[in-house]
Amino acid sequence: MTTMTIAKAINEGLRTALTDHPKSLLMGEDIGALGGVYRVTDGLIGEFGPDRVVDTPLAESGIIGTAIGLALRGYTPVCEIQFDGFVFPGFNQITTQLAKIHSRSNGNLSVPVVIRIPYGGGIGSIEHHSESPEALFAHTAGLRIITPSNPHDAYWMIQQAVQCQDPVIVFEPKRRYWLKGEVDVEAPGAAGDPFKAHVLRTGTDATIVAYGPLVPVALAAANAAEEDGHSLEVIDLRSISPIDFDTVTASVQKTGRLIVAHEAPTFGGIGGEIAARISERAFHSLEAPVIRVGGFHMPYPVAKVEEDYLPDIDRILEALDRALSY
Amino acid sequence: MGTHLPSTEFDGTAVDDQREADAEAVMGEPPAPMVQLLGPDGKLGFDPVFTDYARKLTPEVLRGLYADMAAIRRFDVEATALQRQGQLALWVPLTGQEAAQIGSGRASQPQDYIFPTYREHGVALTRNVDLAELLRQFRGVSNGGWNPKDTNFHLYTLVLAAQTLHAVGYAMGIQRDQKLAATAAGTGNPAAEPAAAVIAYFGDGASSEGDVHESMVFASSYNAPVVFFCQNNHWAISVPTEVQTKVPLSNRAKGYGFPGIRVDGNDVIAVHAVTEWALEHARQGKGPVLIEAFTYRVGAHTTADDPTKYRQAAEEDAWKAKDPLARLEKYLRSEGMADQEFFAKVKADGDELAAYVRRTTHDLETPDIRTAFANTYAEAHPLVAEELAWFEEYSAGFAGEEPAANQARQAVTAQASPKAGH
Repeated sequence: MTTMTIAKAINEGLRTALTDHPKSLLMGEDIGALGGVYRVTDGLIGEFGPDRVVDTPLAESGIIGTAIGLALRGYTPVCEIQFDGFVFPGFNQITTQLAKIHSRSNGNLSVPVVIRIPYGGGIGSIEHHSESPEALFAHTAGLRIITPSNPHDAYWMIQQAVQCQDPVIVFEPKRRYWLKGEVDVEAPGAAGDPFKAHVLRTGTDATIVAYGPLVPVALAAANAAEEDGHSLEVIDLRSISPIDFDTVTASVQKTGRLIVAHEAPTFGGIGGEIAARISERAFHSLEAPVIRVGGFHMPYPVAKVEEDYLPDIDRILEALDRALSY
Repeated sequence: MGTHLPSTEFDGTAVDDQREADAEAVMGEPPAPMVQLLGPDGKLGFDPVFTDYARKLTPEVLRGLYADMAAIRRFDVEATALQRQGQLALWVPLTGQEAAQIGSGRASQPQDYIFPTYREHGVALTRNVDLAELLRQFRGVSNGGWNPKDTNFHLYTLVLAAQTLHAVGYAMGIQRDQKLAATAAGTGNPAAEPAAAVIAYFGDGASSEGDVHESMVFASSYNAPVVFFCQNNHWAISVPTEVQTKVPLSNRAKGYGFPGIRVDGNDVIAVHAVTEWALEHARQGKGPVLIEAFTYRVGAHTTADDPTKYRQAAEEDAWKAKDPLARLEKYLRSEGMADQEFFAKVKADGDELAAYVRRTTHDLETPDIRTAFANTYAEAHPLVAEELAWFEEYSAGFAGEEPAANQARQAVTAQASPKAGH
């Protein structure tokens, strides 16, 4: 076991992936000498050289589009998008090309491109630097979307993404990059399947599903609720597409109540999808409607008021009160 | 009716062309002359660089180029007819662009990889794609139709210019392959693969897409072995080239720092020569080249289009006088390289190809939607599995009454279809 931050864990995971897979390479803006704006790729260009840690021109469509071409030639590119709000120039390449090539080639071609996107708010930054666009990608068949919440998962999930034959988007919780935790670099253990949700804390009164940056918030809310005599089960979803509905369903069948929390706006979001599926799968177990806690239907607000926008412990506890009131 | 007139823009033959003067004013120098070896009169001219390439074309090769152009034109007629008969959902005709496509495709080597748009049926022929399979996409039985790994001819891409970036990335992969092979050779494991290059096809319309710009920036940044082959067929559906650009498209290469060549796209000999030069340039590690093949879309953009609404018959007639097949036929006859028997055989072969395509199109198998479930992901996916299981159960419920259910479903589908395809 080694203690490291999420950022360092991804760095180590990328180092291992580059070592294990000679045809993998990193691409992105400022990822070479600078080591990325969050230093996630720090030091890698020195070890692997500029052909495998590629500083690209500032063009997101260009990054994704050329990564697709490299994948067609047998390479596994890992693209870094600098910030969530800057992925959209590459959205066309991701949704119309990357997601569909395996299908439209009748399975003859695979494009195992990995796209890393630091996402979410809470860092006091300016416009376009704090968004959570995961639902826009989850709606597109052909993509897989995962998001680690702790260093151990981060270390293994980035490697699992590189090994996957499908395109994988890794949403990295940027405000947790400096969160420290134990990493077992010898074996993934429970992190062996990146598409499986993890029950982080067992409880009996209600289930909270969260992912990425809100997992620590959900755990803190569960601690606070315990002081009030409520036993909460906390699930780290880990994979946004596919979603491990079996784990969520089993939990709700036990607790009878479900709260889903994410930073992204609730309207048209992942929480809505989970609410719908769980109402289909566990209708008779539900003691209350599924309650969503998330961002509002507005562009991500200015940094000085983002605390009013982002779900926090109190927002989750308020949702719990509502769930328990039925 | 548009006001677009028979175009001689920047083709080097009309010195008083106002657009040529305008372009010169913009660029500070006259546009580079267009490379032409075989004129509409069927006479071979001279070019200080490309004549040497043209001389390598034996009479047999020249006859082959003619036969290819005639075959793909006959195929185009047949596919258009199949669409009119309701056998294809849509067709994208290429007539007028045979020389640009056959000349460039035949200049490529088997190890080169080709990224077409959706109109490169002539290039497909040169890469040995089964033309009946090519129709699968237009019949609505596949979104692909052939395995690009068999032919190094990628699937058609309908989102304009997206494939130009794929081409550059693929070329970046070739560069890395060469380095890996060189490393292996240093350890006693010599490289077996010949040097390869990539061709990215696109049109004058797509030249306005941002992806073309980004692809040229990336290609230039990494000196990628890619040839950008722009067929300027003068019409982006109803919008003429002069709306897309104030200077010859080939001149844009200068801004990216690599060579740009404008070639007479109806001159198969010049197209072959220029493309061969550009591919050599790329394979030798000298970087990208932009070729603008100056040609004309004689027919409609697709079978859902009506060019009489936006362009004049006089323009079409002027371009028909520059026909790529007619000029090569004149040359072959005048040089005694081909006789009546040859042209008769070409015609018979074309009719045979048309019959084959007609016959095979009717037989193209409708896929089972289960293949769409199977091909969405490369690896197992629980949501796909769940939805497939539901579909199986749902379908099983219709087991005894399938014909009626199908009829009802077809009736609903027909009602919901828009009147104009595409």
